[in-house]
Amino acid sequence: MSQYYTSVDHFVLVPAILLALFGCAVLLFDFLLFPEPRQRKYLVWFVALGLVFTGGALWRQQHFLSVQKIDSITAFGGTLTIDGFALFFNWIFLAASLIVALISYKYLETAGEHQGEIYGLILLANCGMFFLAAGTDLITLFIGLELMALCFYVMVGFLRGDRRSNEAAVKYLLLGAFSSGFLVYGFSVLYGLSGSTKLAAIRMALESRGASDPLVILALVTVSVGLLFKISAVPFHMWAPDAYEGAPTTVTAYLAAGSKAASFAFLMRMFMGPLAPSRELWEPLLAVVAVASMTVGNFAAITQSNVKRLLAYSSISHAGYILLGLIAGNDTGVQGVLVYVLVYVFMTMGAFLVVAALRRKEMLGEDLEDMAGLVHKSPGYAFLMLIFLLSLAGIPPTAGFIGKYFIFLSLIQTGHYVLAVIATLYVAVAIYYYFRIVRSMFISPLTDRAPAATSLGLKLALAVTGLMTLLIGIYPEPFLSLAQNSLLR
Amino acid sequence: MILLNLCLALPAAAFLLLLLVPRSRPGWSRWSALAASLVIFAVSLALLAEFDGSNGGFQLETNIPWISAPSIRYHVGVDGMSLWLVLLTTFLTPVAVLISWRHIAARVKEFYAFLLLLELGLIGVFVALDLFLFYVFWEVSLVPMYFLIGIWGHERRIYAAVKFFLYTMAGSVLMLAAMIYLYNLAGTFDYGLLMADLVSGRMQLGARQESLLFLAFFVAFAIKVPLVPFHTWLPDAHVEAPTAGSVILASVMLKMGCYGLIRFCLPLFPTASRGNAPWIVLLAIVGIIYGALVAMVQPNMKKLVAYSSVSHLGFVVLGVFSFTQLGLDGAVYQMLNHGISTGALFMLVGYMYERRHSLEISAYGGVATPAPMLASVFMITSLASLGLPSLNNFVGEFLVLQGAAQANFTWAVFAAIGVILSACYLLWLYQRTFLGEASDEVKSHMFDLVPREWAATLPMIVLMVWMGVAAQTFLPSIGAANARILDRMQQGVVMDVKNTMPARGTEVARAR
Repeated sequence: MSQYYTSVDHFVLVPAILLALFGCAVLLFDFLLFPEPRQRKYLVWFVALGLVFTGGALWRQQHFLSVQKIDSITAFGGTLTIDGFALFFNWIFLAASLIVALISYKYLETAGEHQGEIYGLILLANCGMFFLAAGTDLITLFIGLELMALCFYVMVGFLRGDRRSNEAAVKYLLLGAFSSGFLVYGFSVLYGLSGSTKLAAIRMALESRGASDPLVILALVTVSVGLLFKISAVPFHMWAPDAYEGAPTTVTAYLAAGSKAASFAFLMRMFMGPLAPSRELWEPLLAVVAVASMTVGNFAAITQSNVKRLLAYSSISHAGYILLGLIAGNDTGVQGVLVYVLVYVFMTMGAFLVVAALRRKEMLGEDLEDMAGLVHKSPGYAFLMLIFLLSLAGIPPTAGFIGKYFIFLSLIQTGHYVLAVIATLYVAVAIYYYFRIVRSMFISPLTDRAPAATSLGLKLALAVTGLMTLLIGIYPEPFLSLAQNSLLR
Repeated sequence: MILLNLCLALPAAAFLLLLLVPRSRPGWSRWSALAASLVIFAVSLALLAEFDGSNGGFQLETNIPWISAPSIRYHVGVDGMSLWLVLLTTFLTPVAVLISWRHIAARVKEFYAFLLLLELGLIGVFVALDLFLFYVFWEVSLVPMYFLIGIWGHERRIYAAVKFFLYTMAGSVLMLAAMIYLYNLAGTFDYGLLMADLVSGRMQLGARQESLLFLAFFVAFAIKVPLVPFHTWLPDAHVEAPTAGSVILASVMLKMGCYGLIRFCLPLFPTASRGNAPWIVLLAIVGIIYGALVAMVQPNMKKLVAYSSVSHLGFVVLGVFSFTQLGLDGAVYQMLNHGISTGALFMLVGYMYERRHSLEISAYGGVATPAPMLASVFMITSLASLGLPSLNNFVGEFLVLQGAAQANFTWAVFAAIGVILSACYLLWLYQRTFLGEASDEVKSHMFDLVPREWAATLPMIVLMVWMGVAAQTFLPSIGAANARILDRMQQGVVMDVKNTMPARGTEVARAR
């Protein structure tokens, strides 16, 4: 390592540099160029520009990989790796950030908290996500995680005048810090065991130690606690309903989609990488966590009257489903995780977008009753929400079904029949509470006649999420082959 | 071949088209739905011309890849059984449009849009020859029916709609698991390839394996049929559904279950089918008698007809699990008969409801005086439904009983009780509603059939007679299709693999 910053390093780092630069620039521009509050919406276009540039950088990396026919580019002496897996997730992050930026100005304006900082935070959180998907070193991963999490702590509490938002932020911050403590403790044990922070080196060290070493178990358990907290799996899910409910709905969408996707990328890197040798230990552990997540998520969702809380519990159960792909662990399972995360991001963001559209000046619009008769008032929103809910429930021909199908297939291929049957039966349970929303929208009479919010950004975002949810369901071929080429091996 | 694809593409196109019709013009929605459904019916009639009835295999096939990585194909085709079910669907959809003309006054556009989406799902179920595709259509048909019941139904509609949805879903998710299990063994969802693998012994199922798979499929279909004791969703759904919903539900949706039994359970799992036949037949006979007895004591006309469906569909299941040519032919024919005659009964009850706004039998009496034509039509339909010779149900029931007698004479004896009971409850219903002294309310509310109602009713009556006296129009092609399935059950010919073998999913090999 004669050179500290080679051209390869630069090539790999460009997307992160762009995200960070644009993120900081947005903060600066906010008061330099757009001092008037109503001008702040121009920042959205600036964010979009930043994301497009980042997309260009990612595309160059993708192009380079396919032209050179290589699996990965490693940089900074093995701390960052750009492979199909990292790129796949980064595309998802970009899409999520773009959607959130598009819808935020209208929502926050209505809520009376339209500050320019939100756009900076979105970009910086995305920068953290980049490191979570591309990092192959404990320190890099941890910094990425904290960068993302810190941005989210602020964004969750963005509605300063709203007590729920403050409460959610504090709760999320305290529990998040606590779980990070566990994670770092686990990392220190891993470092102690292997003498390295590189994932590949740790893996070799753990392989030679054997799975039953008590220190390995200690590291596994503590790391798992940190990771499972981030994906809001049972029993570390307590923060999710409160944070989801209290946060501004657009941030909730970002939290549910972007943060969860990034955490899954991190989790996959860890469990498929350094922790892979102790699969026999964590497989039953994760199986219990997955079943518990599906159980708690699905049954707790049944009784919710707040749509955001309901979707929060549903996202807990989805975390359980995604974990099942990892438990199956074969190529179909990993592909299933990728496809499911992709699908999940679009459908869950879409659902939250519709909830965000119901926010009016004096109305939170988050209760199930606020959705009553939505089809009479805004048939477009109601039908889009129907598509998202069908997809969340896993009914063909929507995208959600394709995701679930891959998970089921991988479970059956690897002989996890009991898990497969449990997972399929919970589909029927999930139908019940998703259809409570459908019932409210389509069958209940209209009570609240004030029109739903609308804006160009919202329409664009809904068009993208709705189209993707249908497209992946009806013509999944390109997305499946993309995922197929992005497997983590 | 193009025609069959049109049968799927046109309802989808019509659904999208209806979404574009302005909400403020309910008349446009009605007329465009009627026109679309008539065009679809005409196209499906043209299928008959291309179809070779003497061939029992699949015809008019299209087989193109849909998803390559887990090998899923858009494979559709019809045989002598599914062809008639497709025609039944396309025939009843314009009828359903007509009978909803006045009945549905609110949210007209959405109603017809959902009706056409439902048609797409139903046709898809009957023509899909890829298990995955079958499942997709199976689910597609659920959602519009949920809305038809939930939005336009009667007082307890939400309860009924949710119950309907959850019952069907609970059964079908296990069927999905079983389908994926089969895929994992064979590397294909294709019906023809699966069958070829099973027949040639390339894929062998252990006894336990086969019986679990059979049960997963069977429960999904039994809930849909519905077979006692899975029937409790049916009376609720029927009573609460609007007339058109009841008609489609009884006439076509219940046939999805019967169709699935014949198409998938029997040929895919012949040993398990035989092994489980005794208790299934027992349930079928219990259903025949129980359904009839419960129908007899119903004070609500729609509930009465709903329970009569439980009874009639018991015959279908009995015929299927007699494993005889006659029994199977009778079962398929009975599926069509039930579609026509019970559909007509629901339609007529719907006409009465539109006039008197009550489903209670006690609210009627002497209706024949103010509405003689309605009374005659109701009489003919009742006679058809109770199995009067020269009308349609007689042929089906006779064949089923004959088939059952060939398999086990005691079965036929008990099942025949159902025929007698059906005469009791239907004629008693007729007596209580149409005969006797007409009250003032009945006189003031009831009027005779109007031309639009005639337009929906007359074709049904014609079909009842036609299917009763000219069963030869239908039976040869049904028989040819059933003969194949029975052959397979006796480990006979390789089912229909005449088209080139499509590539199997390669990822299965890699996954292991």
